[in-house]
Amino acid sequence: MIKFLFDTDTWQEIYSSIRKNKIRTGITIIGVMWGIFLLVVLLGAAKGVENNFNRLFGDFATNSVFVWAQQTSKPFKGFQEGKGITLKMSDLDNIKKEIKGLEFVIPRHQNQALAVNKFKTGTFGIFGDYPEFDKVQKRNLVYGRFINDNDIIEKKKVCVIEEEIYKQLFDKGEFPIGQYIKIDNINYNVVGMYKEGQIGSGGPQGSIHIPFTTFQQVYNRGDSVGWMMITGQPGFDITQIEADVKLLLKNLHKVHPEDERAFGSFNLGKEIAKVTGFLTGMQFLTWFVGIATLIAGVFAIGNILLITVKERTKEIGIRRALGAKPWEIKRQIILESVFLTSIAGALGIISGGVVLMIIDATLGQGEEPALTNPTVDIPVIIIAAITLVVLGTLIGLIPAHKAVSIRPIEALREE
Amino acid sequence: MIRIEKLHKSYPIGKDFLHVLKGLDLHIKEGEFVSIMGSSGSGKSTLLNIVGLLDGHDTGKYYLNGQLIENLDEKKAAILRNKFLGFVFQSFNLINYKSALENVALPLYYQGMARKDRNKVALQYLDKVGLKDRAEHLPSELSGGEKQRVAIARALVTNPKVILADEPTGALDSTTTHSVMELLKEINREGMTVFVITHEEDVAGETDRIVRLKDGVIISDERVQKKAKV
Repeated sequence: MIKFLFDTDTWQEIYSSIRKNKIRTGITIIGVMWGIFLLVVLLGAAKGVENNFNRLFGDFATNSVFVWAQQTSKPFKGFQEGKGITLKMSDLDNIKKEIKGLEFVIPRHQNQALAVNKFKTGTFGIFGDYPEFDKVQKRNLVYGRFINDNDIIEKKKVCVIEEEIYKQLFDKGEFPIGQYIKIDNINYNVVGMYKEGQIGSGGPQGSIHIPFTTFQQVYNRGDSVGWMMITGQPGFDITQIEADVKLLLKNLHKVHPEDERAFGSFNLGKEIAKVTGFLTGMQFLTWFVGIATLIAGVFAIGNILLITVKERTKEIGIRRALGAKPWEIKRQIILESVFLTSIAGALGIISGGVVLMIIDATLGQGEEPALTNPTVDIPVIIIAAITLVVLGTLIGLIPAHKAVSIRPIEALREE
Repeated sequence: MIRIEKLHKSYPIGKDFLHVLKGLDLHIKEGEFVSIMGSSGSGKSTLLNIVGLLDGHDTGKYYLNGQLIENLDEKKAAILRNKFLGFVFQSFNLINYKSALENVALPLYYQGMARKDRNKVALQYLDKVGLKDRAEHLPSELSGGEKQRVAIARALVTNPKVILADEPTGALDSTTTHSVMELLKEINREGMTVFVITHEEDVAGETDRIVRLKDGVIISDERVQKKAKV
C-alpha cells in the first residue's frame, strides 16, 4: 500500500484522470473548498467576537463572584437583626479549606483617597490588593509592575496607578515610575502604571492600588477584609460556589441560614454566561453550517467520481482484461477521491486563513475593533482535515464499488 | 493448452434464457494457430469471453494450461488473465491518454514490475512489432494498423500462453489486415498459441485450423491445407 502511494504511476493516473475532466473537477473542488472555507471563516469570526467580548470585559476572570458583608436581616442565636458583619482574613482561610473548585480567593479593601503630587490633586478610588488580583483582573501595565509578595510582607508604601490618574497628577512627558505621590498625607512610591480596559471597576478615572497589608495598616482596618473576589477553577459552577461561600460565611458569623441580606454578592459568571450562551449558539451554528456544506461538497466529489467511473467503464474493462485485480481498481478511485478532498480542504483552509487575516486587518484594528484576533484553533483544523479525508474515503467507496461491479466483459462492450 | 468439454452457456433475456453455447467440445494444443469462424450470433464471442476468463460458463469443463477453471473470483481471474492470456481486440482498446510504450507496459504494472524494468521490456516488444520509434506516441497519433500492433505487443508483453484475438482485423483495411495477420503468424511460428475469432474467410484462411460455429454448436473443425505455401 505504501509502495502504491509513492508510485509515480499511481499519481500519473490520477493526474490524467483529472486532466480529462478539468472543469468538472475544478468546480467540485470549489464545492468542498467552499465548505471548509466557510467553516474556517465563520469559526474564526465567532472566535473574534468572543475574544472581543473577553477583551471588553477588562480581562475579568469570567468565572468570578464578588462577596461582601452587610447587616443581618433576621435575629439568630441571641443576636438581633441589624447586626453589622465584618469579613476577616480567617474567613478566607476557612473558605479555601472548605470549598472545592476554587482558583483564587482574593481579599480587597476599598476607599476614597485624596492624592497629591506637588500642586496637582485629585480624589480617586484606592484599593488594597494582593498580587493575585492581577491574575483575576489583568492590569494592563504600561510601565513598571503590579504589587508583589514583597510589598505585602513588608507593608511597603508603594502604589500602582491608572493612566488617567497619571494624567491628572503628573506633567505631560514626566516618567511616573520611581516618583513619590502623597495619598491621604502618606508618601507612596509609584511602581507601576496601567491602562484600564473599557469596562473597569474604578469608574472613569481609574484607581490606585496599594498592597493589601499596607491598606489595613494605614486605614486602621486591623484583620478585616472589605470584600473578596472568588474565582472558580474551570469546570466548577461559579453559582454553586457563590451559594456555598455564603452559607459558610453565615455559619462562621452566626447568621441565620436563610438571611438573604447579611452577605451581598455579584456573580460575574452568571452575567457573562448569558453572553457566552449566545456565543456558543453561534459557534454551534457555524459548525452546523460548515459541516453541512462540507458534506455537500464531498457528495459532489463522490458524484463526479461516479460520472468519471461511468465514462471510464471501458478503460476499467481493458485494465481488468489485462490483469488488474478489483482491489487495484478500487484503491485507485478511492485515492483519487481522497486526493481531491485533501486538495480542496487545503485550499479551503488556506483561503479561509487569508480571509481571516483580511478581516483582522480591516475590522480588527483601531480603538474600538469589531473583532479581536479572529483565529481558528489548530485542533479544529486537524479535525476538519481528518473529517475530510475520512469522508473522501467513504464517498470514494461508492464509485469504486461501482467500477468493479461491472463485469469486464460488459465494460469492454461499452462504447 | 485449451480443453473444453461439453460447454454450455446461456444468457437470461427477460424471463427466458438464450442458449448460446450448446455443448462445445474443443481441444487446442500448445503452439496451434486456430481461428473460430461464424456469423454474428453463432456464439463465437461468447466462447472467446469464456476462454478469456472474462465470463463464466454454466456447465461443462474448461481447462486452461491443464488447470480446471471453476469458481473463479474476480481476483483469481485477473491473476490468471495476466499470467496466461494476451488479448487483442477489434477496437484495439488502447488507453488513449497513455503513450504506446505505457500501454504495452500496463500488464507488467499489474504484475508489480518496477517502472524501469517494465518500460525496458515493453520497448523490446514494441521493437518486435516494428514500432520502436513510435514508443512515445499517443494512440490518437497512430494509424489503425499501428494501434493494433501496439495492442499485439501489449498482449505479448507478459509472455502469455495464449493470444486471444477477437476480430483483430475487423477495423482494418486489407493491406493492414495482411500485415497484422503476418505478425500473428510470426508470433505463432515462435511457438505461441494463437486463437483468432473472425468472420472473414481470408483471415481464417491464414490460420492453420478453422473451427466453424453455428448456433452454438461446432459444425466443422478442419486443418488448412496450404501451409507449404507460407
